[in-house]
Amino acid sequence: MTVDPSRTDDLAVVGTRRPKIDAMARLTGEARYADDLSMPGMLVGRQLRSIHAHARIRSVDTSRAEALPGVVAVITGRDVPIAYGVLPVSQDENALAVDRVRYVGEPVAAVAAVDEETAEQALRLVSVDYEPLPAVLSIEDALDPSGVLIHGEGQGANVHKAVALEFGDVDAGFAAADLVREDVFSFAGNTHAPLEQPATLAALGGDGRLTVWSATQAPHYLHRALARVLELPSSRIRVVAPPVGGGFGAKTDILPHEVAAAKLAMVTGRPVKITLTREEVFHSHRGRHPVQMWVRTGFTSDGRITAMHFRSLLDGGAYGSFGVASTYYTGALQTTTYRIPAYRFEGLRVFTTKPPCGPKRGHGTPQPRFAVERHLDRAAEELGLDPVELRLRNAVEPFSRTVNHLRITSCGMRACIEEVVSASGYHGKKGHLPRGRGVGFAVSAYLSGAGLPIYWNDMPQSEVHIKVDRGGGVTVFSGATDIGQGSTSTLATIVAEILGLQPEDLAMVTADTDLTPVDLGSYSSRVTFMAGNAAIDAASKLARLVAEGAAQRLGVPPEELVFRGGQVAVRGDPRKSLSWAQAVRAASARGALMTSGVYWAPEMAGPYRGSGVGISPAYSYSAAVVEVATDPETGEVSVEEVWIAHDIGRAINPVLVQGQVEGSVYMAVGEALMEEQSFRRQGVHRGPSLLDYKLPTTLETPKIHTILIEEPDPEGPFGAKEAGQGPLLPVIPAVAAAVEDALGVVVHEVPITPDRLLRALRAGHRGKAPVIGPASVPSFEFGEPERVQPPVGSPAEVAVP
Amino acid sequence: MSRRLLVLRVNGLAREAAVDEHHTLLEVLREDLHLTGTKHGCELGECGACTVLVDGEPWLACLTLAVDVEGCEITTVEGLAAPGRPDPLQSAFAELGAAQCGYCSPGMLVSARALLDANPSPTRDEVRHALAGNLCRCTGYEAILDAVLLAADRDGSARAAAHVAGGGDRGDR
Amino acid sequence: MMRLPPFARLAPRTLAEAVEMLADQGPGAAVVAGGTDLYPNMKRRQVEHHALVDLRAVEGMRGIREEPGGGISIGATTRLSHLAGSSAVPRALAHAASVIASPQIRNMGTVGGNLCLDTRCSWYNEPEDWRTAVGFCLKAAGDVCRVAPAKSHCWAVASSDLPPVAIALGASVRAVGPGGERTFPVADLYRDDGIDHLALLPGEIVAELLVPPVDGLRVTYRKIRRRGSIDFPELGVAASVRLAPEGICEAATIVLGSVASAPVRCREAEDLLAGRPLTPEVIEEAAAAAAHPAKPQDNTDLSHVYRKWVIPIHVSRALQSLS
Ligand SMILES: Cc1cc2nc3c(=O)[nH]c(=O)nc-3n(C[C@H](O)[C@H](O)[C@H](O)COP(=O)(O)OP(=O)(O)OC[C@H]3O[C@@H](n4cnc5c(N)ncnc54)[C@H](O)[C@@H]3O)c2cc1C
Ligand code: SF4
Ligand code: FES
Ligand code: FES
Repeated sequence: MTVDPSRTDDLAVVGTRRPKIDAMARLTGEARYADDLSMPGMLVGRQLRSIHAHARIRSVDTSRAEALPGVVAVITGRDVPIAYGVLPVSQDENALAVDRVRYVGEPVAAVAAVDEETAEQALRLVSVDYEPLPAVLSIEDALDPSGVLIHGEGQGANVHKAVALEFGDVDAGFAAADLVREDVFSFAGNTHAPLEQPATLAALGGDGRLTVWSATQAPHYLHRALARVLELPSSRIRVVAPPVGGGFGAKTDILPHEVAAAKLAMVTGRPVKITLTREEVFHSHRGRHPVQMWVRTGFTSDGRITAMHFRSLLDGGAYGSFGVASTYYTGALQTTTYRIPAYRFEGLRVFTTKPPCGPKRGHGTPQPRFAVERHLDRAAEELGLDPVELRLRNAVEPFSRTVNHLRITSCGMRACIEEVVSASGYHGKKGHLPRGRGVGFAVSAYLSGAGLPIYWNDMPQSEVHIKVDRGGGVTVFSGATDIGQGSTSTLATIVAEILGLQPEDLAMVTADTDLTPVDLGSYSSRVTFMAGNAAIDAASKLARLVAEGAAQRLGVPPEELVFRGGQVAVRGDPRKSLSWAQAVRAASARGALMTSGVYWAPEMAGPYRGSGVGISPAYSYSAAVVEVATDPETGEVSVEEVWIAHDIGRAINPVLVQGQVEGSVYMAVGEALMEEQSFRRQGVHRGPSLLDYKLPTTLETPKIHTILIEEPDPEGPFGAKEAGQGPLLPVIPAVAAAVEDALGVVVHEVPITPDRLLRALRAGHRGKAPVIGPASVPSFEFGEPERVQPPVGSPAEVAVP
Repeated sequence: MSRRLLVLRVNGLAREAAVDEHHTLLEVLREDLHLTGTKHGCELGECGACTVLVDGEPWLACLTLAVDVEGCEITTVEGLAAPGRPDPLQSAFAELGAAQCGYCSPGMLVSARALLDANPSPTRDEVRHALAGNLCRCTGYEAILDAVLLAADRDGSARAAAHVAGGGDRGDR
Repeated sequence: MMRLPPFARLAPRTLAEAVEMLADQGPGAAVVAGGTDLYPNMKRRQVEHHALVDLRAVEGMRGIREEPGGGISIGATTRLSHLAGSSAVPRALAHAASVIASPQIRNMGTVGGNLCLDTRCSWYNEPEDWRTAVGFCLKAAGDVCRVAPAKSHCWAVASSDLPPVAIALGASVRAVGPGGERTFPVADLYRDDGIDHLALLPGEIVAELLVPPVDGLRVTYRKIRRRGSIDFPELGVAASVRLAPEGICEAATIVLGSVASAPVRCREAEDLLAGRPLTPEVIEEAAAAAAHPAKPQDNTDLSHVYRKWVIPIHVSRALQSLS
């Protein structure tokens, strides 16, 4: 038999609208999330957190806390002295601060007690002797050479990462341009705020093995970090991700409480659970970096880009986290939407004494996307071109290579643009709606999985195992974590398609390092593409085994068998068939029915350092039109309607894809108008609560029109690409463009709060330029860029599946 | 502080627990009665994840003392489905993808149940307002609003069918 | 999980019993009704109470009644959802109730609790750890105001939605305490002091809100906030006018919420309206004057500058809706 995973016709379950297989469990209260777990003898852990943005720890006295009845253990930085970090280049964080704290809310000690009330009381009895140091709260402060160093001693600039790359000859490009334009932009930091507050339960078994159940998106990375910090062999640690209550990147890094719970379980010999409070979730953060951007682009008079120079400055917070990757991401994907013949990127991430930033939906790309899209709108104005036309003139070609060596394969960008523009009636509306109403447009692209793992290795990025029992029951094992996006259902659908079964027939075992093979995690929109391909591989191998057994029974060559509707039948002669169970019996007589599938992304990295960031086996494309209603007198904005077209390649389950698109649009609206993770001068969060940090409610979400463009990707599972992050990207600049259209205020900064908008409007009334946005970006000497030759012989070759 | 033996009526059953008077219904449901279906996202009244029905009305379990609802009928997500027969809301949520991570769902579902019980055929705007105290971070709410309307529709047709089957008074025979 | 500190809970059956229990418990005790304001504040350790007198079960304190002499009595433990859905009360009052907090909180929270809501401040309504980090303030355990450190005054904001419209309606409050009962205008319930913001006598409990007959009074309430739900007002504007048949304004009341520690009367604006028709010009003049008495501080979500700017706009819109 043959399996053609790129086939797009004649599909039985792929492409059908169906409930997630675990939907009912999540709708009846049956699903047990991390904080729902408890064990006999379980202790409750709490962390004591720094009250200083920056301080040296002179000493920590835990004796009074230890003496409190009900307290079983108190640990400090001395108990977990080994530093860790999700990226091998940034092993700079301790679960509990050792001799210095670098943000308000950084854990300093942890307590395990018989109940939470006792644990909390114990925290009040821990005394920490701090020697306060100056707080560093902005990029400017961080770069001040006479300022304090956050990592290390003395004075200097707090540069975490600085990169400068030039692809092609940018100066020549600018020289050839008819118009060279510069703009500056600012994007405020914001946070994921998953509804589930992260929790971790850790328990030491009688066999001395440690099991950690944690609300994590990446059990594999947690597993590695725990082995390192706890000095245990990986084989003695089991990490399990129960159903996760939303992630968006918040649960991708290793979070201090995960390590603390594990250590407390080892110290006490009893199960220990730590659940963060909402305030603590804001401290744990790892969210969107605040980024300041400067961009300069050359255009010919007919609107073609001749060169671009993009500079981004990221306020990273106290630790590395994913920050090196975030920095590169702010420069990587500009070229995936527009043909940019010469490109220079300078990126800087500084340390500040605030909670660490990291990956949030769109990791490092919503900020530059906002800047580039707004910048193109400005250029269109100056060139007297329609913004849509400007995009189309520069649109990247399918199956091409970008100047920074990204391999573009399938690309539905043009289709996305055409669909949203016509569905929304954009051209009839732009500039024509009554004052106060406006429309905006933008496009974007995003990865379907990062091309490389975060630590260098040559092992597969995803593995899936399938086991069949003699009765025909199929169990699929995958390390991928279902954080609500429906990855478990997607994998089930893929396997069911190949085996001719229903997704609901399969047993799914996921995200358990003892039982499941490695998948790197639910981040960078990688699971459908990568675990999906591994699932195809495993299912195809299994189908082959079953076909061989069935073929013998049916007296035909295995190639002639098809798997459909629970039957294994001879192609063209459905009467000659075995039921799935019969076929499994026949095959089992020939040996065990267990297969492994793997996925390796093709070799894609370019010839330069940092080329690992931005590469992906496929890019999804999106285009959005947003219509807003504003109040010109009060500066209030409401997003009324959003049309979004998303190039998904193939929707394995349209219900789930649509859900990801709508969820992305919603989150983008929040980021564009209301969400901001900002800090007071003491370095404390402005309002670490769901009342003060404004998430849109049912009353703020717009009407969303989702259009799925299905142009199958040659390497995607059944042609599928990602949906979880890309659709967020165009919405933020499109909201800004719509506000501009409505009110004539230039919007170069988000969020667009009523405060900021009214200030700009009032400046306009006084005859000044009505602008929301920065006047300049902090200066930094990047030095000479590393010069990289653009790729030669451009067209991208596709890996044959 | 004092502890009291309390009898709570939860999902139609009398449940007994010795509780501290200052403990909230959220703590008692999750920690004493092990009904962990009811979730929590803030414990300060700001997210709606802990919503349960008290005598049919949506309340926040995190701001309700357990002792204050003695004698009331409490419904949690675990009590929505009859054995083997999901609430139409649960089915509609499943079909339309109205639960992604599902963390808001227990609260959303009971808020929606209270709405449909009071107003069997709400408009989209009425649903929007009834669910305005339940935050969802995943779905963008569209699927949730659709699902509540779908369930209302089905409830309505089921009632109409029952009405006809029961010899409805339309009587065009 | 954020948890309540231990306290003794008392559940009186009658108002007299409640008054007595409260007195018996001495300072440090308080009443609680819906708990939707008090419990979050206690969980954040902003306030401490060794005992709470729970008004929920007090008989005769809940419900909306028409008064024999006209007007309406709203019992203090009447829930906000009940008020919001009531056709017996003036529309503006029901509307104000319907935009409070969230549906669940309106099912739990009460009218009395809303009238007696603690003042709020973005330096105060934060968890204990947060306040330890920035330093405590005058309102709780500290010796300086974080918003305006120069003065020894607390500017925490009167943030409830009902008082402005209740004042615009000319409503009064009946309070019962150890020294007996008294009835006084709602405006007199408040003092412009973020810490000691209620003018109740020691041990006094608000028993009911008394709304006089509307009698042709036109009343409106506008609430300004960042999102349509789960949000306190950043600014509340209540206005009422009585118009003579030929459209002349006989009397006007304009009250601002969320700009001070008590609801703020805009007397100058009211005087500008008196005896004049509500033409756009007159409205603009009055709206501009309405901003004068408001001195918002930078202690809510939207900046004080913004809130000051938009007062005339919303007052003007409120008046337009009444003209
Ligand atoms: C997330 C959230 C959002 C909110 N949004 C709003 C909003 O938009 N607008 C708004 O106005 N409020 C809002 N609130 C506050 C509160 O929910 C309401 O004001 C509610 O009406 C308070 O009533 P309660 O009965 O719950 O008060 P409680 O919490 O029981 O009491 C509040 C205070 O009043 C005192 N008190 C209560 N009853 C009496 C009485 N009869 N006599 C004397 N003192 C009494 C109590 O001692 C306490 O100090 C919000 C609360 C939360 C948690
Ligand atoms: S106004 Fe000043 S004293 Fe009052 S609560 Fe706010 S910071 Fe504290
Ligand atoms: S847990 Fe958030 S409202 Fe109760
Ligand atoms: S489905 Fe995740 S919060 Fe609503």
